[in-house]
Amino acid sequence: MQEKSKGSRVLIDGSRLMIEALARAGADAFIGYPITPANLLYQYGSQRMELMLAAPDEITTLQWMSGLAATGKLPVTATSFPGFALMLESMNMAYMMELPMVIILVQRLGPATGTATCGAQGDLLLLKGMISGGHPIPVLATADFMDCWQLSAKAAEIAVSLRTPVVLLTSKEEVMTHKSFNLDLLQEINKVERKEFQLDCEYKSYKPTDFVPDFLPVTQKRYQVRLNASTHDQTGILQHSNEESMANTRRLEEKVLHRMKAHYYYTFDEQKEASKLVIAYGITSSAAIDAVEMLRGQGEKVSLLIPKTLIPCPDFYRELILNYPRVVIAEENINHQFASLLFGQNFPENLAFCGSLGKMISPGEIMEEVNK
Amino acid sequence: MNIPFLKTDALPFCKGCGHDLIAKNTTRALEKLGFKPLDVIIVTDIGCHGIIDKCLNTHTVHGLHGRSAALGAGITFGVEEPGKKVIVFIGDGGSTIGLQHIMEAARLNLNMTVVVHNNFLYGMTGGQTSGLTPHGFNTTTSFEGNPYAGYDICALSHTAGASHVTRVMGIGDISDKLAVAFGTRGFSLVEVMEICPSYGMKLNPKRKLSEIVESAGKEIGEWFNQREPFNIRQGKKIADLLEKTRPVEKGFKSYLKKNTSVILSGSAGEGVQLAASLLCKAAMRSGLSITQKGSYPVTVGVGFSTAEINLSPEEIHFHGIAVPDMVVITSGDGLAHNKQRIAKMKDGFLFIDQSLEVPSTGAQVIQHNFRGIGARNASIFSIFFLAMKTGIISTESILKTIEEEGMTEKLPVAKIKEALVQ
Ligand SMILES: Cc1ncc(C[n+]2csc(CCOP(=O)(O)OP(=O)(O)O)c2C)c(N)n1
Ligand code: SF4
Repeated sequence: MQEKSKGSRVLIDGSRLMIEALARAGADAFIGYPITPANLLYQYGSQRMELMLAAPDEITTLQWMSGLAATGKLPVTATSFPGFALMLESMNMAYMMELPMVIILVQRLGPATGTATCGAQGDLLLLKGMISGGHPIPVLATADFMDCWQLSAKAAEIAVSLRTPVVLLTSKEEVMTHKSFNLDLLQEINKVERKEFQLDCEYKSYKPTDFVPDFLPVTQKRYQVRLNASTHDQTGILQHSNEESMANTRRLEEKVLHRMKAHYYYTFDEQKEASKLVIAYGITSSAAIDAVEMLRGQGEKVSLLIPKTLIPCPDFYRELILNYPRVVIAEENINHQFASLLFGQNFPENLAFCGSLGKMISPGEIMEEVNK
Repeated sequence: MNIPFLKTDALPFCKGCGHDLIAKNTTRALEKLGFKPLDVIIVTDIGCHGIIDKCLNTHTVHGLHGRSAALGAGITFGVEEPGKKVIVFIGDGGSTIGLQHIMEAARLNLNMTVVVHNNFLYGMTGGQTSGLTPHGFNTTTSFEGNPYAGYDICALSHTAGASHVTRVMGIGDISDKLAVAFGTRGFSLVEVMEICPSYGMKLNPKRKLSEIVESAGKEIGEWFNQREPFNIRQGKKIADLLEKTRPVEKGFKSYLKKNTSVILSGSAGEGVQLAASLLCKAAMRSGLSITQKGSYPVTVGVGFSTAEINLSPEEIHFHGIAVPDMVVITSGDGLAHNKQRIAKMKDGFLFIDQSLEVPSTGAQVIQHNFRGIGARNASIFSIFFLAMKTGIISTESILKTIEEEGMTEKLPVAKIKEALVQ
C-alpha cells in the first residue's frame, strides 16, 4: 500500500502506528480479547489485518495464535496484565515450540484488575521471569511514536528471524493519547522475509542454523514437521532429559541472548563531562527528556539513557551506570524494577530512584531527584 | 511407496489400554479415506494418549494440557490448502480443563475432529477423578466412588453446534465410525469410551466397560447439526490505517509562546471529546503541537467527560497535567471531577458555566452561559469562547476545522457565532 499522506501532520495515537507498522512488516492475523487499555489496538487490528479472530478468552487467544503461526502466519495480539497472566503458559508453549508472534502488553495499574484506566510500569519483572527456566523472551519497550512505528516492525522481524514470541511493552498513556505527529518522519517498512527450509536433505524441526531452526509450516507435504512444547530432541520428539534435548533447551536461551545482540535498541544522549545520568524507559522517557533539557538549561551536565531493548538486557546499560557518579532511574512503579533487572537487589550506591504509583512521573519530580 | 501412518505397531501404552485401539483405528480410518500421512496434522494433548506422538508419521503438534483443541483450531484457521485434516487427541481430563476450547470450535464449526479418549480418569497423573468420571466410579481420589455424575461432552458439543458428534465404545473395529467423523465437513467430535487397565480396572475390578457406560446413562449414538463449516476468507477489505487519518494543514497563526495545558470537562453526551478534538485540530492548523487524551467512567454514557489537552509552539514530550493552565467546566459532572485540580490552580483561567457554584481557586474565574445554547453543544461553544477570550488560537481556525471535518451541517455554527457576540 502506498503512503499517500506525504507532507502530513496528523492527530494520531500510538496504537494506530503500532498496528500499521506490524501489518506492513508482515503481521497478517490479529487475535483479540477486549481489555482496557488495549482496546484501540484490537479495533485497529481488526480493520488492518487480513485475518481477525475474536477469541473467547486469552488462553484461547494464544493457542489460536500458536496454531496460526504453525501454518506460517505472523499473529499479533494486545492485552494488559490480567489477560497476559492467562497467556503465560501458552506463551511458554509458543516459546518452546519456537513459533513467531507479537504480544503487545499495555501496562496498567495492578495488582490484579487494579485500575483499568490508569497507566503503570509494573510488569517488567514479570516479563523477566515469565519463561519457566528463566530463559529470556525478547522484550522491546516503546518510548515515543517513532518507536511505535519502528520497534513494532522490529518486533515482527525478531519474531520471524528468531522464531519466538516477542513482547512489545507499552502502557496506557502511550497507546491511548492522541498527539500531533508528522507522518513524513516515518521510514518505510519492508515486509519481513520468511525463509522456509528448501534443501533436499533431511529436515529436522529443531535442527538449528545459527541458533534458529529452519521453519516449515505444518501444511506442506514434503517433510514431516513436529512441534513440541515438551522437552524434545532436534526431531521434535519428546525426551526426558537426554543430552540432545538438554542441548535444545539450552539453545533456546542462547538463541535469544546471541541473536538479540543485533537488536539492542536504546537512545543515549550523552553530554560531555556529565556526572549525572537519567534513565527512563517507556512512558516515563518523555518526562525524562523534558527534565534533562531543563536541567541542561540550568547549567547542569546530565546525560540521558532511554533503554528500548529491555530483555535480554544489554551489558551496556550496566556499564554505563557504573561510569556515572550519580544515576537517577525513573519508572512508574515503587520497587525499582529496571534496576532489579540489571542488578538484582544489590543496587550500586550511585543509584537513586524516582518512582510513582497511579500517576505519571513528571519532569519536575525527576529534576528534583537529580538535584538532590 | 506408501508410508504408513504409524511407525510401529508396538505402541507405548500399558497393556490393554484403550488408547492403543484409538491410535490404530485412527490410522485405519485415515487410510480408508485416502489421506497420506503428511496431509494430516495430529495435535496431541498432555496425557497418556499424547505419547503416541513419536509413533506417528503425520505432522505432529504436542502442546499443553487441555489446550490442544484450541491449538488445533488455530491450525485450522491457517489451513488454506484443500485436502488437509486436523485431528486433536485429548483425554477426558484435557477435555474438561479445556472445555471452552472444544465448545468454541464446535460453535464455529471449524473443519477439524476432536477425539476424546475417555477413560474416566486422569491416567498420566495417577488415576484421579476427572469431570467426565461417571457417578460411582472409583478413582485414586474417590475410593468410594465418584459422588457426582460426569459431563456429557457429546451433548455439550452437539448443543454448541458441531456438525457431527458420536459416542463409541472403544472395543473392536471403530475405524468406520472414526472415518465418518474425519470425513465430516465442519466440526466433529468422537468420544471413545475406554478403560485404563492400570487404574480404572484395578479400582473397579468387577465392572465391565459396557455396564459402566450404561449405568452412567451415556448413550452410544450419533448426533448431527446441518450446518456449513466455518469460512473466514470472504474478501475482507483491508484499510491502510494511515490513509484513514486526514492531514491537518497549517493556515493560521498562533501567538502562544509556551506549553499551555487546557482541561475541558462536562457531561457525557455533551460533546466534550468532539470539542477537544476540534480544538486540537484547530491548534494544529495554527502551527501548534498538541496532545489530547480523554477520561470518562467505564459506563461511557453517563457521568463526567474530561479532555486533557496540551498546546505548544514546541514539540511536546511529557503530556501529563498536574495543575492545568486553563479549565473549562460546562456541567456539574465536570466540576465534581476536577474540583481538586481547580483548587490547586494558583493562576490561569477557570471558565465555568454560570449555573454552577464557583469552587475555590487561585485562577481568574470567568462565568458564562455555556449551556444556554443547549447542553449538547455546550462544550463546542465553550472552545470558541475560550479561543476568543484567551487568544491561544483564533475562532476562525476552529471554524475552518469544522468545515474541513465536514461538520458544518451537524453543528449549530450560526447560533454559536451569534452567541459569541452577545
Ligand atoms: C495446566 C496443567 N495442569 C495439570 C497438568 C498435569 N497433568 C498432566 S497429564 C494430566 C492428566 C491427563 O489426563 P487425561 O487428560 O484424562 O489423559 P490420560 O492421561 O488419561 O490419557 C494432568 C492433570 C498439566 N500438565 N498442566
Ligand atoms: S496409565 Fe492408564 S491411560 Fe495411561 S497408558 Fe496406562 S492404561 Fe493407558
